[in-house]
Amino acid sequence: MSDEKLLRTPLHEEHLALGARMVPFAGWEMPVQYAGILEEHRAVRSSCGIFDVCHMAEFRVFGFGAFDFLQRMFTNDLSRIAELGQAQYTLMLDEDGGIIDDLIVYHTGDLEYLIIANASNHAADFGWLKQHAPEDLELVDESDRTALIAVQGPEALRIMGELCGADWEAPARFTVREASIDGSVPALIARTGYTGEDGVEIVCRAGDAAAVWRVLLSFAEVTPCGLGARDTLRLEMGYHLYGNDMDRNVDPISAGLGWVCPKAKSGYTGAETVARVREAGPTRKLSYLRVEGAIPRPGFPVLREGVEVGKVASGTFSPSLETGIATAYLPAELAVEGQTVEISIRKKTVDATVVKAPFVTKTSLNG
Amino acid sequence: MAHPNDRKYSNEHEWVLVDGDVATIGITSFAQDQLGEVVYVDLPDAGDTITAGDTFGEIESVKSVSELFAPVTGEILEVNDGLADTPETVNKDPHDAGWMIKVKLDDASEYDGLMSAEEYDDFVTQG
Repeated sequence: MSDEKLLRTPLHEEHLALGARMVPFAGWEMPVQYAGILEEHRAVRSSCGIFDVCHMAEFRVFGFGAFDFLQRMFTNDLSRIAELGQAQYTLMLDEDGGIIDDLIVYHTGDLEYLIIANASNHAADFGWLKQHAPEDLELVDESDRTALIAVQGPEALRIMGELCGADWEAPARFTVREASIDGSVPALIARTGYTGEDGVEIVCRAGDAAAVWRVLLSFAEVTPCGLGARDTLRLEMGYHLYGNDMDRNVDPISAGLGWVCPKAKSGYTGAETVARVREAGPTRKLSYLRVEGAIPRPGFPVLREGVEVGKVASGTFSPSLETGIATAYLPAELAVEGQTVEISIRKKTVDATVVKAPFVTKTSLNG
Repeated sequence: MAHPNDRKYSNEHEWVLVDGDVATIGITSFAQDQLGEVVYVDLPDAGDTITAGDTFGEIESVKSVSELFAPVTGEILEVNDGLADTPETVNKDPHDAGWMIKVKLDDASEYDGLMSAEEYDDFVTQG
Protein backbone atom coordinates (compact mmCIF):
# COMPACT_ATOMS: atom_id res chain seq x y z
CA MET A 1 0.00 0.00 0.00
CA SER A 2 2.72 2.47 0.93
CA ASP A 3 4.46 2.17 -2.45
CA GLU A 4 1.23 2.62 -4.32
CA LYS A 5 0.34 6.12 -5.35
CA LEU A 6 -2.72 7.15 -3.38
CA LEU A 7 -5.71 8.57 -5.20
CA ARG A 8 -6.99 12.01 -4.26
CA THR A 9 -10.57 13.21 -4.19
CA PRO A 10 -11.67 16.48 -5.82
CA LEU A 11 -11.69 17.95 -2.29
CA HIS A 12 -8.04 17.24 -1.55
CA GLU A 13 -6.97 20.90 -1.53
CA GLU A 14 -9.93 21.81 0.70
CA HIS A 15 -8.80 19.25 3.29
CA LEU A 16 -5.24 20.55 3.30
CA ALA A 17 -6.48 24.13 3.66
CA LEU A 18 -8.58 23.04 6.66
CA GLY A 19 -5.55 21.42 8.29
CA ALA A 20 -6.92 17.88 8.05
CA ARG A 21 -4.80 14.92 9.06
CA MET A 22 -4.63 12.76 5.93
CA VAL A 23 -4.34 8.97 5.99
CA PRO A 24 -4.37 6.18 3.42
CA PHE A 25 -7.74 4.42 3.15
CA ALA A 26 -8.71 1.87 0.49
CA GLY A 27 -6.09 3.29 -1.88
CA TRP A 28 -7.16 6.89 -1.26
CA GLU A 29 -5.62 9.72 0.67
CA MET A 30 -8.46 10.72 2.98
CA PRO A 31 -9.00 13.09 5.93
CA VAL A 32 -9.24 11.11 9.18
CA GLN A 33 -9.90 14.21 11.26
CA TYR A 34 -9.80 18.01 11.24
CA ALA A 35 -10.36 19.52 14.71
CA GLY A 36 -10.70 16.13 16.40
CA ILE A 37 -12.81 13.00 16.20
CA LEU A 38 -14.82 13.65 19.38
CA GLU A 39 -15.66 17.20 18.40
CA GLU A 40 -16.66 16.15 14.88
CA HIS A 41 -18.72 13.26 16.19
CA ARG A 42 -20.62 15.55 18.56
CA ALA A 43 -21.18 18.11 15.81
CA VAL A 44 -23.00 15.48 13.74
CA ARG A 45 -25.10 14.30 16.70
CA SER A 46 -26.04 17.85 17.73
CA SER A 47 -25.88 20.03 14.63
CA CYS A 48 -24.42 19.19 11.23
CA GLY A 49 -21.25 17.64 9.84
CA ILE A 50 -20.09 17.17 6.27
CA PHE A 51 -17.97 14.32 4.96
CA ASP A 52 -15.95 13.86 1.79
CA VAL A 53 -17.02 10.43 0.56
CA CYS A 54 -15.89 10.96 -3.02
CA HIS A 55 -13.77 7.85 -2.71
CA MET A 56 -16.90 5.72 -2.90
CA ALA A 57 -17.80 4.16 -6.24
CA GLU A 58 -20.78 5.11 -8.41
CA PHE A 59 -22.05 2.82 -11.15
CA ARG A 60 -24.93 3.54 -13.50
CA VAL A 61 -26.96 0.72 -14.97
CA PHE A 62 -29.25 1.51 -17.89
CA GLY A 63 -31.27 -0.57 -20.30
CA PHE A 64 -34.35 -2.75 -20.71
CA GLY A 65 -32.71 -5.51 -18.74
CA ALA A 66 -31.63 -3.30 -15.83
CA PHE A 67 -34.29 -4.45 -13.37
CA ASP A 68 -33.91 -8.17 -14.12
CA PHE A 69 -30.13 -7.97 -13.94
CA LEU A 70 -29.96 -6.16 -10.60
CA GLN A 71 -32.77 -8.27 -9.16
CA ARG A 72 -30.56 -11.28 -9.92
CA MET A 73 -27.32 -9.69 -8.62
CA PHE A 74 -28.64 -8.19 -5.38
CA THR A 75 -30.33 -9.75 -2.36
CA ASN A 76 -32.95 -7.12 -1.60
CA ASP A 77 -36.19 -7.02 -3.57
CA LEU A 78 -35.74 -4.36 -6.25
CA SER A 79 -39.49 -4.26 -6.86
CA ARG A 80 -39.76 -2.47 -3.52
CA ILE A 81 -38.20 0.56 -5.19
CA ALA A 82 -40.39 0.47 -8.29
CA GLU A 83 -41.16 4.18 -8.01
CA LEU A 84 -38.64 6.60 -9.45
CA GLY A 85 -36.51 8.21 -6.76
CA GLN A 86 -36.68 5.31 -4.33
CA ALA A 87 -33.54 3.76 -2.89
CA GLN A 88 -32.64 0.64 -0.92
CA TYR A 89 -29.78 -0.91 1.00
CA THR A 90 -28.77 -4.22 -0.50
CA LEU A 91 -26.05 -6.85 -0.74
CA MET A 92 -24.21 -8.50 -3.59
CA LEU A 93 -23.25 -12.14 -2.93
CA ASP A 94 -21.04 -14.66 -4.67
CA GLU A 95 -22.30 -18.14 -5.62
CA ASP A 96 -21.41 -19.44 -2.16
CA GLY A 97 -23.42 -16.72 -0.46
CA GLY A 98 -20.33 -14.77 0.63
CA ILE A 99 -20.80 -11.02 0.76
CA ILE A 100 -19.03 -9.23 -2.12
CA ASP A 101 -20.24 -5.82 -0.97
CA ASP A 102 -23.03 -3.86 0.64
CA LEU A 103 -24.43 -1.11 -1.54
CA ILE A 104 -27.20 1.39 -1.96
CA VAL A 105 -29.16 1.25 -5.20
CA TYR A 106 -31.15 4.29 -6.31
CA HIS A 107 -33.92 4.12 -8.90
CA THR A 108 -32.87 7.29 -10.66
CA GLY A 109 -34.81 7.00 -13.92
CA ASP A 110 -36.84 4.85 -16.28
CA LEU A 111 -34.80 1.69 -16.90
CA GLU A 112 -32.00 3.27 -14.88
CA TYR A 113 -30.34 2.70 -11.51
CA LEU A 114 -27.45 4.35 -9.69
CA ILE A 115 -25.38 2.14 -7.41
CA ILE A 116 -23.12 3.49 -4.67
CA ALA A 117 -20.51 1.01 -3.48
CA ASN A 118 -17.57 0.86 -1.10
CA ALA A 119 -14.25 2.28 -2.29
CA SER A 120 -12.46 -0.83 -1.05
CA ASN A 121 -14.57 -3.00 -3.38
CA HIS A 122 -14.70 -0.65 -6.36
CA ALA A 123 -12.81 -2.84 -8.83
CA ALA A 124 -14.18 -6.14 -7.51
CA ASP A 125 -17.78 -4.91 -7.70
CA PHE A 126 -17.52 -3.46 -11.17
CA GLY A 127 -15.70 -6.53 -12.44
CA TRP A 128 -18.33 -8.84 -10.99
CA LEU A 129 -21.22 -6.82 -12.42
CA LYS A 130 -19.56 -6.54 -15.83
CA GLN A 131 -18.88 -10.27 -15.89
CA HIS A 132 -22.54 -11.09 -15.25
CA ALA A 133 -24.26 -8.29 -17.17
CA PRO A 134 -26.14 -9.06 -20.39
CA GLU A 135 -24.50 -7.56 -23.45
CA ASP A 136 -27.27 -5.12 -24.26
CA LEU A 137 -27.09 -3.49 -20.83
CA GLU A 138 -25.21 -0.26 -20.31
CA LEU A 139 -23.03 -0.48 -17.21
CA VAL A 140 -20.93 2.62 -16.60
CA ASP A 141 -18.39 3.34 -13.91
CA GLU A 142 -19.10 7.00 -13.15
CA SER A 143 -16.86 7.21 -10.10
CA ASP A 144 -14.16 9.47 -11.57
CA ARG A 145 -16.54 12.19 -12.70
CA THR A 146 -18.85 11.92 -9.71
CA ALA A 147 -18.46 13.50 -6.27
CA LEU A 148 -20.25 12.43 -3.11
CA ILE A 149 -20.57 14.63 -0.04
CA ALA A 150 -22.54 13.53 3.03
CA VAL A 151 -24.38 16.22 5.02
CA GLN A 152 -25.50 14.69 8.31
CA GLY A 153 -27.07 15.86 11.53
CA PRO A 154 -30.28 17.32 12.97
CA GLU A 155 -29.65 20.63 11.15
CA ALA A 156 -28.76 19.02 7.79
CA LEU A 157 -32.16 19.28 6.11
CA ARG A 158 -32.70 22.88 7.15
CA ILE A 159 -29.33 23.80 5.65
CA MET A 160 -30.07 21.91 2.45
CA GLY A 161 -33.38 23.75 2.25
CA GLU A 162 -31.57 27.07 2.40
CA LEU A 163 -29.13 25.94 -0.28
CA CYS A 164 -31.64 24.45 -2.69
CA GLY A 165 -34.12 27.33 -2.76
CA ALA A 166 -37.67 27.92 -1.61
CA ASP A 167 -39.27 25.59 -4.19
CA TRP A 168 -37.21 22.60 -3.18
CA GLU A 169 -38.84 19.91 -1.15
CA ALA A 170 -36.61 17.53 0.79
CA PRO A 171 -36.71 13.95 -0.45
CA ALA A 172 -38.34 11.42 1.88
CA ARG A 173 -36.11 9.00 3.79
CA PHE A 174 -34.43 6.59 1.35
CA THR A 175 -35.38 8.54 -1.72
CA VAL A 176 -33.42 10.76 -4.05
CA ARG A 177 -34.37 13.99 -5.78
CA GLU A 178 -32.74 16.43 -8.18
CA ALA A 179 -31.77 19.85 -6.99
CA SER A 180 -29.81 22.90 -7.94
CA ILE A 181 -27.44 23.74 -5.13
CA ASP A 182 -26.95 27.43 -4.50
CA GLY A 183 -28.77 28.09 -7.77
CA SER A 184 -25.97 26.77 -9.93
CA VAL A 185 -24.81 23.21 -9.25
CA PRO A 186 -26.96 20.38 -10.63
CA ALA A 187 -27.08 17.53 -8.13
CA LEU A 188 -28.91 14.52 -6.86
CA ILE A 189 -29.82 14.74 -3.20
CA ALA A 190 -30.34 11.39 -1.49
CA ARG A 191 -31.89 11.19 1.97
CA THR A 192 -29.45 8.50 3.08
CA GLY A 193 -26.40 8.34 5.31
CA TYR A 194 -24.12 6.32 7.55
CA THR A 195 -24.30 8.23 10.82
CA GLY A 196 -27.71 7.49 12.32
CA GLU A 197 -28.65 11.13 12.02
CA ASP A 198 -31.06 12.61 9.56
CA GLY A 199 -29.37 14.10 6.54
CA VAL A 200 -28.50 13.70 2.91
CA GLU A 201 -25.79 12.60 0.55
CA ILE A 202 -25.12 14.96 -2.35
CA VAL A 203 -24.14 13.42 -5.68
CA CYS A 204 -22.70 15.96 -8.07
CA ARG A 205 -20.07 16.52 -10.76
CA ALA A 206 -16.51 16.07 -9.49
CA GLY A 207 -15.71 19.55 -10.81
CA ASP A 208 -18.44 21.08 -8.64
CA ALA A 209 -17.43 19.34 -5.42
CA ALA A 210 -15.24 22.12 -4.05
CA ALA A 211 -17.93 24.76 -4.63
CA VAL A 212 -20.53 22.63 -2.83
CA TRP A 213 -18.12 21.90 0.03
CA ARG A 214 -17.36 25.60 0.46
CA VAL A 215 -20.94 26.76 0.42
CA LEU A 216 -21.80 24.11 3.02
CA LEU A 217 -18.95 25.32 5.22
CA SER A 218 -20.21 28.89 4.91
CA PHE A 219 -22.88 27.89 7.45
CA ALA A 220 -21.52 28.46 10.94
CA GLU A 221 -23.25 25.32 12.25
CA VAL A 222 -21.48 23.02 9.75
CA THR A 223 -18.35 21.11 10.82
CA PRO A 224 -16.04 19.25 8.42
CA CYS A 225 -15.73 15.64 9.58
CA GLY A 226 -13.24 12.93 8.74
CA LEU A 227 -13.24 9.15 8.50
CA GLY A 228 -12.54 8.90 12.24
CA ALA A 229 -15.90 10.39 13.19
CA ARG A 230 -17.59 8.51 10.36
CA ASP A 231 -16.45 5.27 11.99
CA THR A 232 -17.51 6.15 15.56
CA LEU A 233 -20.88 7.42 14.30
CA ARG A 234 -21.64 4.33 12.22
CA LEU A 235 -20.54 1.89 14.90
CA GLU A 236 -22.72 3.57 17.53
CA MET A 237 -25.63 2.73 15.19
CA GLY A 238 -24.43 -0.84 14.60
CA TYR A 239 -24.05 -0.19 10.87
CA HIS A 240 -21.79 -2.72 9.18
CA LEU A 241 -18.40 -1.86 7.76
CA TYR A 242 -17.28 -4.04 4.88
CA GLY A 243 -13.95 -5.68 5.60
CA ASN A 244 -14.49 -5.55 9.36
CA ASP A 245 -18.04 -6.78 9.97
CA MET A 246 -18.44 -8.82 6.81
CA ASP A 247 -16.58 -10.13 3.81
CA ARG A 248 -16.65 -12.99 1.32
CA ASN A 249 -16.31 -15.54 4.13
CA VAL A 250 -19.59 -14.51 5.75
CA ASP A 251 -23.18 -15.03 4.69
CA PRO A 252 -25.85 -12.34 5.29
CA ILE A 253 -27.73 -14.29 7.96
CA SER A 254 -24.63 -14.73 10.14
CA ALA A 255 -23.87 -11.03 9.58
CA GLY A 256 -27.30 -10.05 10.88
CA LEU A 257 -28.37 -8.79 7.47
CA GLY A 258 -31.22 -11.21 6.89
CA TRP A 259 -33.54 -8.20 6.69
CA VAL A 260 -31.86 -7.24 3.40
CA CYS A 261 -32.59 -10.72 2.02
CA PRO A 262 -36.39 -11.01 1.91
CA LYS A 263 -37.60 -14.57 2.52
CA ALA A 264 -40.02 -14.40 -0.37
CA LYS A 265 -37.29 -13.60 -2.88
CA SER A 266 -35.33 -16.36 -4.59
CA GLY A 267 -33.28 -16.68 -7.74
CA TYR A 268 -30.55 -14.17 -6.87
CA THR A 269 -26.91 -15.20 -6.69
CA GLY A 270 -26.21 -16.73 -3.29
CA ALA A 271 -29.91 -17.25 -2.47
CA GLU A 272 -29.47 -20.99 -1.75
CA THR A 273 -26.90 -20.31 0.97
CA VAL A 274 -29.10 -17.62 2.52
CA ALA A 275 -32.08 -20.01 2.59
CA ARG A 276 -29.99 -22.83 4.03
CA VAL A 277 -28.40 -20.77 6.83
CA ARG A 278 -31.73 -19.16 7.61
CA GLU A 279 -33.32 -22.59 7.93
CA ALA A 280 -30.55 -24.21 9.98
CA GLY A 281 -29.69 -21.10 12.01
CA PRO A 282 -26.22 -19.59 11.89
CA THR A 283 -23.51 -21.18 14.03
CA ARG A 284 -21.82 -17.82 14.55
CA LYS A 285 -23.48 -14.42 14.62
CA LEU A 286 -22.29 -10.86 14.54
CA SER A 287 -22.80 -9.57 18.06
CA TYR A 288 -22.63 -6.16 19.67
CA LEU A 289 -20.47 -5.71 22.74
CA ARG A 290 -20.33 -2.96 25.29
CA VAL A 291 -17.12 -2.58 27.30
CA GLU A 292 -16.63 -0.25 30.26
CA GLY A 293 -13.38 1.62 30.73
CA ALA A 294 -11.39 0.34 27.76
CA ILE A 295 -11.35 0.45 23.98
CA PRO A 296 -11.66 -2.87 22.17
CA ARG A 297 -9.96 -2.69 18.80
CA PRO A 298 -10.23 -4.91 15.70
CA GLY A 299 -8.47 -8.24 16.13
CA PHE A 300 -8.50 -8.35 19.94
CA PRO A 301 -9.47 -11.83 21.21
CA VAL A 302 -12.93 -12.32 22.74
CA LEU A 303 -12.94 -14.93 25.50
CA ARG A 304 -15.48 -16.89 27.47
CA GLU A 305 -14.15 -18.27 30.73
CA GLY A 306 -10.63 -17.81 29.41
CA VAL A 307 -11.19 -19.63 26.11
CA GLU A 308 -11.10 -17.66 22.86
CA VAL A 309 -14.52 -17.63 21.19
CA GLY A 310 -14.00 -14.89 18.61
CA LYS A 311 -12.21 -11.70 17.69
CA VAL A 312 -13.26 -8.07 17.71
CA ALA A 313 -14.47 -7.16 14.20
CA SER A 314 -15.09 -3.43 14.70
CA GLY A 315 -14.22 -1.67 17.91
CA THR A 316 -13.87 1.88 19.10
CA PHE A 317 -14.67 4.42 21.77
CA SER A 318 -18.26 5.62 21.71
CA PRO A 319 -18.20 9.41 22.15
CA SER A 320 -21.94 9.42 22.95
CA LEU A 321 -21.83 6.68 25.60
CA GLU A 322 -18.22 7.28 26.69
CA THR A 323 -17.58 3.53 26.76
CA GLY A 324 -15.91 1.03 24.49
CA ILE A 325 -18.16 -0.55 21.84
CA ALA A 326 -17.43 -3.42 19.49
CA THR A 327 -18.75 -6.07 17.19
CA ALA A 328 -17.57 -9.68 17.10
CA TYR A 329 -18.66 -12.95 15.56
CA LEU A 330 -19.62 -15.19 18.48
CA PRO A 331 -20.98 -18.73 18.71
CA ALA A 332 -24.80 -18.51 18.40
CA GLU A 333 -25.35 -19.53 22.05
CA LEU A 334 -23.29 -16.53 23.21
CA ALA A 335 -24.75 -14.11 20.66
CA VAL A 336 -27.65 -13.35 22.96
CA GLU A 337 -28.45 -10.07 24.67
CA GLY A 338 -27.17 -10.09 28.25
CA GLN A 339 -24.47 -12.73 27.77
CA THR A 340 -21.09 -11.76 29.16
CA VAL A 341 -17.69 -12.39 27.62
CA GLU A 342 -14.24 -10.96 28.14
CA ILE A 343 -12.02 -9.07 25.74
CA SER A 344 -8.28 -9.40 25.93
CA ILE A 345 -6.95 -5.85 25.66
CA ARG A 346 -3.16 -6.03 25.57
CA LYS A 347 -2.10 -7.05 29.10
CA LYS A 348 -5.53 -7.06 30.72
CA THR A 349 -8.85 -8.81 30.32
CA VAL A 350 -11.97 -6.67 30.39
CA ASP A 351 -15.61 -7.73 30.81
CA ALA A 352 -17.96 -7.13 27.89
CA THR A 353 -21.74 -7.51 27.66
CA VAL A 354 -23.66 -8.57 24.57
CA VAL A 355 -26.20 -5.85 23.81
CA LYS A 356 -28.75 -5.08 21.14
CA ALA A 357 -27.90 -2.75 18.25
CA PRO A 358 -27.95 0.17 17.94
CA PHE A 359 -25.70 1.18 20.82
CA VAL A 360 -27.15 4.69 20.64
CA THR A 361 -30.91 4.79 20.34
CA LYS A 362 -31.79 8.47 20.46
CA THR A 363 -30.85 10.36 17.31
CA SER A 364 -32.61 12.73 14.92
CA LEU A 365 -33.60 9.68 12.86
CA ASN A 366 -35.22 7.58 15.56
CA GLY A 367 -35.34 9.78 18.65
CA MET B 1 3.75 24.49 19.75
CA ALA B 2 5.93 25.71 22.54
CA HIS B 3 7.85 23.25 24.70
CA PRO B 4 8.86 25.13 27.87
CA ASN B 5 12.57 25.26 28.66
CA ASP B 6 12.15 24.82 32.42
CA ARG B 7 12.29 21.03 31.91
CA LYS B 8 13.79 18.22 29.83
CA TYR B 9 12.40 15.83 27.25
CA SER B 10 12.75 12.17 26.28
CA ASN B 11 12.74 10.79 22.75
CA GLU B 12 9.52 8.94 23.71
CA HIS B 13 7.87 12.37 24.05
CA GLU B 14 7.66 12.65 27.82
CA TRP B 15 8.66 15.79 29.67
CA VAL B 16 10.36 15.79 33.07
CA LEU B 17 10.26 18.77 35.44
CA VAL B 18 12.54 18.47 38.44
CA ASP B 19 12.10 20.14 41.82
CA GLY B 20 14.79 18.93 44.23
CA ASP B 21 14.77 15.15 43.86
CA VAL B 22 11.11 15.00 42.73
CA ALA B 23 10.47 14.63 39.01
CA THR B 24 7.05 15.42 37.55
CA ILE B 25 6.36 13.56 34.29
CA GLY B 26 3.85 14.12 31.51
CA ILE B 27 3.61 13.90 27.74
CA THR B 28 4.57 16.75 25.45
CA SER B 29 2.33 19.09 23.53
CA PHE B 30 3.69 17.51 20.35
CA ALA B 31 2.76 14.02 21.56
CA GLN B 32 -0.81 14.90 22.57
CA ASP B 33 -1.35 16.58 19.22
CA GLN B 34 -0.14 13.50 17.34
CA LEU B 35 -2.30 11.22 19.47
CA GLY B 36 -5.52 13.22 19.14
CA GLU B 37 -8.19 13.61 21.78
CA VAL B 38 -7.23 11.46 24.75
CA VAL B 39 -10.05 9.28 26.13
CA TYR B 40 -8.22 6.98 28.56
CA VAL B 41 -5.08 7.32 30.63
CA ASP B 42 -3.90 4.19 32.42
CA LEU B 43 -1.35 4.98 35.12
CA PRO B 44 0.41 2.91 37.81
CA ASP B 45 -0.19 3.41 41.53
CA ALA B 46 1.73 5.51 43.99
CA GLY B 47 4.39 3.35 45.64
CA ASP B 48 5.19 1.52 42.40
CA THR B 49 8.64 1.91 40.93
CA ILE B 50 9.30 2.91 37.34
CA THR B 51 12.49 2.15 35.46
CA ALA B 52 13.94 4.38 32.76
CA GLY B 53 13.15 2.95 29.33
CA ASP B 54 10.35 0.68 30.55
CA THR B 55 6.65 1.29 30.00
CA PHE B 56 4.68 2.62 32.96
CA GLY B 57 1.24 3.13 31.47
CA GLU B 58 -0.90 3.68 28.42
CA ILE B 59 -2.62 6.59 26.85
CA GLU B 60 -5.43 6.11 24.39
CA SER B 61 -7.25 8.27 21.87
CA VAL B 62 -10.21 7.24 19.71
CA LYS B 63 -7.89 6.12 16.94
CA SER B 64 -4.77 4.90 18.66
CA VAL B 65 -3.05 3.74 21.80
CA SER B 66 0.46 4.63 22.94
CA GLU B 67 2.57 3.23 25.71
CA LEU B 68 4.11 5.63 28.19
CA PHE B 69 7.84 5.13 28.62
CA ALA B 70 9.57 6.09 31.84
CA PRO B 71 12.19 8.76 31.15
CA VAL B 72 13.79 8.25 34.60
CA THR B 73 13.95 5.64 37.38
CA GLY B 74 12.35 6.03 40.79
CA GLU B 75 9.46 5.44 43.16
CA ILE B 76 6.10 6.98 42.31
CA LEU B 77 5.09 9.50 44.98
CA GLU B 78 1.89 10.76 43.44
CA VAL B 79 -0.41 10.01 40.51
CA ASN B 80 -2.68 12.51 38.77
CA ASP B 81 -5.92 10.65 39.51
CA GLY B 82 -8.00 13.41 37.95
CA LEU B 83 -6.99 12.22 34.48
CA ALA B 84 -9.23 9.17 34.88
CA ASP B 85 -12.31 11.42 34.79
CA THR B 86 -10.99 14.22 32.60
CA PRO B 87 -8.43 12.66 30.24
CA GLU B 88 -8.91 15.64 27.89
CA THR B 89 -6.77 17.65 30.31
CA VAL B 90 -3.79 15.97 28.64
CA ASN B 91 -4.77 17.72 25.39
CA LYS B 92 -5.78 21.02 26.90
CA ASP B 93 -2.84 21.52 29.24
CA PRO B 94 -0.20 18.85 28.58
CA HIS B 95 2.66 20.65 30.31
CA ASP B 96 0.87 21.62 33.51
CA ALA B 97 -2.53 20.29 34.66
CA GLY B 98 -2.05 17.26 32.39
CA TRP B 99 0.93 15.94 34.39
CA MET B 100 0.81 12.19 35.04
CA ILE B 101 3.10 11.06 37.83
CA LYS B 102 5.59 12.43 40.37
CA VAL B 103 8.64 10.30 41.02
CA LYS B 104 11.44 10.37 43.59
CA LEU B 105 14.52 10.44 41.36
CA ASP B 106 16.95 7.55 41.90
CA ASP B 107 19.69 8.87 39.70
CA ALA B 108 19.92 12.54 38.74
CA SER B 109 22.22 11.71 35.83
CA GLU B 110 19.25 10.11 34.01
CA TYR B 111 17.61 13.52 34.04
CA ASP B 112 20.77 15.24 32.87
CA GLY B 113 20.90 12.90 29.86
CA LEU B 114 17.51 14.04 28.51
CA MET B 115 17.00 16.63 25.77
CA SER B 116 16.62 20.36 26.30
CA ALA B 117 13.50 22.08 24.89
CA GLU B 118 15.54 23.28 21.94
CA GLU B 119 16.94 19.80 21.26
CA TYR B 120 13.46 18.30 21.55
CA ASP B 121 12.01 20.84 19.10
CA ASP B 122 14.73 19.87 16.61
CA PHE B 123 14.04 16.19 17.32
CA VAL B 124 10.33 16.45 16.47
CA THR B 125 10.74 18.71 13.45
CA GLN B 126 13.23 16.30 11.92
CA GLY B 127 10.55 13.62 12.31
